[in-house]
Amino acid sequence: MSKLTLTQAINAGLRKSMEDDPKVVLLGEDIGTLGGVFRVTDGLMKDFGSHRVIDTPLAESAIIGTAVGLAYRGYRPVCEIQFDGFIYPGFDQIVSQVAKLHVRTHGKVTMPLTIRVPFGGGIGSPEHHSESPEAYFVHTSGLRVISASNPQDAYTMLRQAIACDDPVLFFEPKRRYHSKGEVDLDADLSRAPAMGAARVVSAGTDATLVAYGPLVPTALDAAKAAADDGVSLEVIDLRSLSPIDYAPIVESVRRTGRLVVTHEASETLGLGAEIVAAVTERCFNYLEAAPVRVTGFDIPYPPSKLEKHHLPDLDRILDGVDRVLGRPNSLSGLEG
Amino acid sequence: MLDTSSDSGPQPGIHQIIAADGTLHADEVLSPFVADVSDEQLVQLYRDMVVIRRIDTEATALQRQGQLALWPPMLGQEASQIGSVRALEEDDFIFPTYRENGVAYCRGADLAGIMSTWRGTANTGWDPHEFNMATPQIIIGAQTLHATGYAMGLTMDGKESLSIAYLGDGATSQGDVHESMVFAASFQAPVIFFCQNNHWAISEPVGLQAHSPIAGRAPGYGIPSLRVDGNDVLAVLAATRWAGARARSGGGPSFIEAVTYRMGAHTTADDPTRYRGVTELEEWGAKDPIARVRALLTARGKLDAGREAEIAGQADAVAAELRAGCINLPDPDPMALFDNVYTGDHAILDRQRDHFARYLAGFAATESATTTLEGSRS
Repeated sequence: MSKLTLTQAINAGLRKSMEDDPKVVLLGEDIGTLGGVFRVTDGLMKDFGSHRVIDTPLAESAIIGTAVGLAYRGYRPVCEIQFDGFIYPGFDQIVSQVAKLHVRTHGKVTMPLTIRVPFGGGIGSPEHHSESPEAYFVHTSGLRVISASNPQDAYTMLRQAIACDDPVLFFEPKRRYHSKGEVDLDADLSRAPAMGAARVVSAGTDATLVAYGPLVPTALDAAKAAADDGVSLEVIDLRSLSPIDYAPIVESVRRTGRLVVTHEASETLGLGAEIVAAVTERCFNYLEAAPVRVTGFDIPYPPSKLEKHHLPDLDRILDGVDRVLGRPNSLSGLEG
Repeated sequence: MLDTSSDSGPQPGIHQIIAADGTLHADEVLSPFVADVSDEQLVQLYRDMVVIRRIDTEATALQRQGQLALWPPMLGQEASQIGSVRALEEDDFIFPTYRENGVAYCRGADLAGIMSTWRGTANTGWDPHEFNMATPQIIIGAQTLHATGYAMGLTMDGKESLSIAYLGDGATSQGDVHESMVFAASFQAPVIFFCQNNHWAISEPVGLQAHSPIAGRAPGYGIPSLRVDGNDVLAVLAATRWAGARARSGGGPSFIEAVTYRMGAHTTADDPTRYRGVTELEEWGAKDPIARVRALLTARGKLDAGREAEIAGQADAVAAELRAGCINLPDPDPMALFDNVYTGDHAILDRQRDHFARYLAGFAATESATTTLEGSRS
């Protein structure tokens, strides 16, 4: 086991994938000489060469579009989009090409792209550097979407994503880049939990709290704080956003009868909306209270001095927990 | 393999009027456009450059002191910013990148407003309609389309005015920039594409974006272009006047490549020592845009110690105003989160706003209860 930061774990995952498969190539802006603006690809160009770690011109549509061409040639491209807010010039290539080529060609062509996207807020950045665009991609059939919340998952899930024959959007919680954790670098990939599997990260009995990516540590903090208050929260790290692994969520909600979903992305048609709908369909008779979403507001990402109010934090999550438990909360007395 | 070396050697085909050593040279294309510039006007251009360099120094210091979240330095690019903006009329509309903070200052934008973006108290800090200047664009190249559309509108309205899009060498790789040139040519829009080739897109040298001089691309779209010394304020002024005259007379779009150098980091979050050497910095340091004008004006007896001190004093005063304005920017009210998302009501957002107000009020009530409780104990 090695103690690694999230960035080091992703770096190690890229390195291992490149060692295992000579067809793995990296494309992105500033990923070579600089090692990426977050240093995620640090040292890889030196070790694998500029033909496998490719500093591209500044054009996200071209990064994705040329990766499609490389995939036609049998390569396994890993694209880095420098910041979440820069993915939109590449959106057309992702939605119209990457997602559809397998079905369009009757399964003859595979698109084993991995698209790495540092996402989410909380780092005091200017506009377009703190977005949570995951729902756009979850909404797009043909893409797999995952998000790791800790170094071990990042290492394993990235390798699984690169090995996967479907295109995978890999969302990296950039405000957790420096968080450390034990990583088993020699673990056998075939024995690791499936890339698409959710995981119960804290067992509990009173309410189920679902989170992913940057908010998993916050959800765990909320569970600790709730425990001090005599409330037992079960925290589930979604890990895979498409497909969503409902089995552990449904099992949990059937025990607790209460569901809170939290994410940084805005509320309307976010992951929370989908999870609440699906869980309600499957657990209607078990629910003791209406499920609750604790999310970013339906606003363009605010200036950094306001982001602490926009992002769900411990207090807002606990307020949501109070709502499903029928305890006094910020909306007490309001109807509908 | 790509030739990614930066083209910092002697540059054939780069138009120049003031050489790096401060000597004047006639340029067949450019000189006629600045024949009217008096020594006194050149002093004013010098003053502008000194002031915006001081702004840059102060903002960089403020970032280091934790007063700004981020700052994109403009050190080394003063002639490009000043020469271009001072060639424009007041009603010409500017679409900048995030680095044209010197341009914004010359347009009259409030210093604290400029800083608000980088302090994080607001996404943008001035009214585009008040200063005929859009706010900083962070999405690389997006503004070139906006400038083109604005210019198309000018044509539709029969106005003798223009728009100018600032862009960098990195942006020239973006599809938006190429599409904007196609539209500008098709509709003969009165737009100036002003490209500051500062040699670096974060860590990527210009050779990665362009295999031949950037100015060479525009003619392929039917847009005349000029490649000028971007560290020569007169050359930049002249080139922008050339493009402006074309736009105002129905000549359509023009493209300027101002060859300059980003002496500082991409932003204060960047560490350029990871990707470029000191030799290049020294080489470009010797081509400083301000030093050459100082040498020229001094040689002509137009800049004595007294004048220098007066200009430095003005720059210091601007820096002091900037610092005070920046530090005194209030943190925005939390409820401002919901402002201006729509022009009118929006049922879902209004509901979220009401709920958040109740949520915040809950904290206030708790605090006040705690205070009362503590008060009663004492």
